[in-house]
Amino acid sequence: MTCNDRILIDDWHVVADLDQLLQAGSCKTYLLGVEVAVTAGRDGQVAVTLADGKQQLPCQIKYGFVWTSLGSPERETIHIPEAFEDDRYIISGGSFPVKVSGLRVVENFLDMGHFPFVHNGWLGEEPHTEVAPYEVELTEDNEIIATECYFHQPVASPTAEGGIEVEYKYRVYRPYIVALYKTNPLYPDRKDYIVLFIQPVGPEECVVHNMLCYIKEGMKEPDIRWFMQLIFAQDKPILENQIPRRLPLDPRAETPIRADKVAILYRRWLRDHSVSYGAIPATEA
Amino acid sequence: MMSDLHSNWYPIASSSDLPKRHVYQAQLLGREFAVWRADDGHVNVWENRCLHRGVRLSIGINNGTELKCQYHGWRYANRTAGCTYIPAHPADAPARTICNNTYPAIESHGLVWSGEEASGDLLSLDGFDSATVLRAVPVFAPMNMVAEALLGYGWDDSCKGAANDDGSVTVTAGDGTAVRIFVQPMDSNHSVMRGLVNQAPAGAGRAELLQTHSWLMQELRDRVEVLAAKQEAPAPYEPVIAKVSEDLVDIPALGTDGRKAELRVQLVKKEMTAEGIVSLRLEPIKGQLPTFQPGAHIDVHLPNGLVRQYSITNGPGETDHYTIGVKREGDGRGGSAAVHDSLQEGDVLAISAPRNNFPLRRDAEHTVFIAGGIGVTPMIAMARALNAQGLSFEFHYFVQSDDHVAFKQQIGEFERALTIHKGLSPEATGAKLKEVLAEPGFARHVYICGPGPMLEATRGIAASQGWTDEAVHFEYFANTAEVDDSTAFEVDLARSALTLQVPAGKTILEVLREHGIDMPSSCEQGACGTCRCGVIEGEVIHQDVYLSNAEKAEGKSIMTCVSRAASDRLILDI
Repeated sequence: MTCNDRILIDDWHVVADLDQLLQAGSCKTYLLGVEVAVTAGRDGQVAVTLADGKQQLPCQIKYGFVWTSLGSPERETIHIPEAFEDDRYIISGGSFPVKVSGLRVVENFLDMGHFPFVHNGWLGEEPHTEVAPYEVELTEDNEIIATECYFHQPVASPTAEGGIEVEYKYRVYRPYIVALYKTNPLYPDRKDYIVLFIQPVGPEECVVHNMLCYIKEGMKEPDIRWFMQLIFAQDKPILENQIPRRLPLDPRAETPIRADKVAILYRRWLRDHSVSYGAIPATEA
Repeated sequence: MMSDLHSNWYPIASSSDLPKRHVYQAQLLGREFAVWRADDGHVNVWENRCLHRGVRLSIGINNGTELKCQYHGWRYANRTAGCTYIPAHPADAPARTICNNTYPAIESHGLVWSGEEASGDLLSLDGFDSATVLRAVPVFAPMNMVAEALLGYGWDDSCKGAANDDGSVTVTAGDGTAVRIFVQPMDSNHSVMRGLVNQAPAGAGRAELLQTHSWLMQELRDRVEVLAAKQEAPAPYEPVIAKVSEDLVDIPALGTDGRKAELRVQLVKKEMTAEGIVSLRLEPIKGQLPTFQPGAHIDVHLPNGLVRQYSITNGPGETDHYTIGVKREGDGRGGSAAVHDSLQEGDVLAISAPRNNFPLRRDAEHTVFIAGGIGVTPMIAMARALNAQGLSFEFHYFVQSDDHVAFKQQIGEFERALTIHKGLSPEATGAKLKEVLAEPGFARHVYICGPGPMLEATRGIAASQGWTDEAVHFEYFANTAEVDDSTAFEVDLARSALTLQVPAGKTILEVLREHGIDMPSSCEQGACGTCRCGVIEGEVIHQDVYLSNAEKAEGKSIMTCVSRAASDRLILDI
């Protein structure tokens, strides 16, 4: 299915992890239903073309990923100051293919209520199931920010010992890009940062690329990767059992509760920006 | 789109697909079902998605009475498919009716039958009362093509196939052996053959029968799939997922009800302590529970949105938990039913801090406790406190029968101070109470809790036997009197320097809340005493059952949830 959403066509999307690409030399993948070829030349020069080779696409390397666009990007890809801080790791936890709309993945990422059930023993545990009220706003930069999100977590991070109350801040930059800031156990005033660059392969299929900017002190790279993969492996079977696979934007399609405040705003924001790829648009009832 | 197909019954599973506590994923005309058997035997056929975020319920957990979604732990009740618990909001979750879509289900002849719009009875299955259910065989072909091919099904030359009105095919051999095969349309190009044989051999005979038909149906499958592959596949069905009701679109606002549920506890143990009475042990999720005094109660915020008051039964020093007792009230509004039917061990509950509006004097020389039925709960805590201090008391517990005696272990501590009166008529109860209350005197106190009529009678007897109002302490479960709220008047708040108008149809408590005055309350029907307020000036129409007659006559207190002004104006001490 082809995409008609200008906001997605004229934007940058990740299509490959640079390290993976350099090992393989080239790869073919899909972006918004269009097959593209990504190649790394001997000189390390990376190019993205339509798979039939007929058209060269815009290409840039940023944060260790290959970015491209099917249209004419009107804005730069997002700026992440944390990625330029020397005392942080900048690593990928792996690129995970998931058979569900990337918009569903974003919503799952924004959700604390599932921690005690899907990530039991790690990001949550019964009976600590309550989602306390938190703040949500749409910023002047047209991003969604959720703050004051507190949750009791038994193993909040790769190195956490014992249960702690963590504070999260969520940030939706673009329809398929979402991040979270999370209490660092050593530095109460600094946050570890995790961002998902979701590649919409098709309306019901995506690859979840991610960048983890953890403060190095007290952490080891393999542990960070292992933790991300553990957590995502718990999410994937749930995500792939959502019906429908696309995110329904009709307010009467599913039943929100107060804990879903940020998801409600996200769905409305997608509606307001006429994002239909990966979504089921709300119909006039 | 609905069609005739949707009003037919089709087998969607074998009974053997539903072993204990399993959830089976079925499909009919493109729509997925979560099929599960509750411990009471009822077979549920539901839309295979949680109403919250669409996750398949077939990957959920069947706990015997409810189906729990894996994603956020929402639970749906056997039969009704109503949501009974939302763990993210233990304090206030579904005062709304959240109900999954259910479909008709019949279990018969070893098969489970359903249909989106099916109604009436199955077509007769005469001759198959003692049948063997064959292995279900899937076929990637349209239903009609499979049914047509089945007419030629057979295991020897004498076999003859005939179509039935319900679309199934019966194949009969010369010796009377018959197989009836139903075709379940999973989707437009995907079917399942489900067969019954009119014989039920055991052991090797059964294995042979199953094997023979398994092979024959597999052969038929291969042939049909070759045919189907030559045709253009029909478009898959697109089942419409019904929208949730309009009232579920908006998230419920944070509770504006002034009743606070500041504590979170986990229901750690739930057990029947007497006929119709369940005992709940509540432990804190974090930290310590606040101190309680004997006679105190807590508000319990139930998953169905109701708030109910229950007395704490704990003895002194039992500070790591609260134990309450809840009687199932047949004619209640669903508070006790929710406790009995929906709450499960492990659930998180929101409760208020304990409040004591039924305090115990410990300066009495002798104390008489009179409990009727479930009214025993506050008395247990009180008597245990006196017992621990070695103070003199007697404990009279009026019950219907031995089966109705709750908390036997706890009251067993009272030894000779305990008398259980079983199965007395109202007259006999009255006579017994006269005996029990024969000796009023200095520093002797009586505490009464029980059903309204018994409480009234006991208070009457105590008064006629010479007990003063100050020596008689009581607690009603509920205020059953009709409350008159037709008057309008003004209240002056002495300490807040505010004057408020209380119109007809509103309580003083509601008006106070509307003006931001944080008045504690609990039962909000004039029974518990939490919203008591001092009266400085003005006359009160008391409509509560909390204050004693002497206190009412004195006119220095008012229950702001039900009582009103007799004068045009009241000055309250707030």
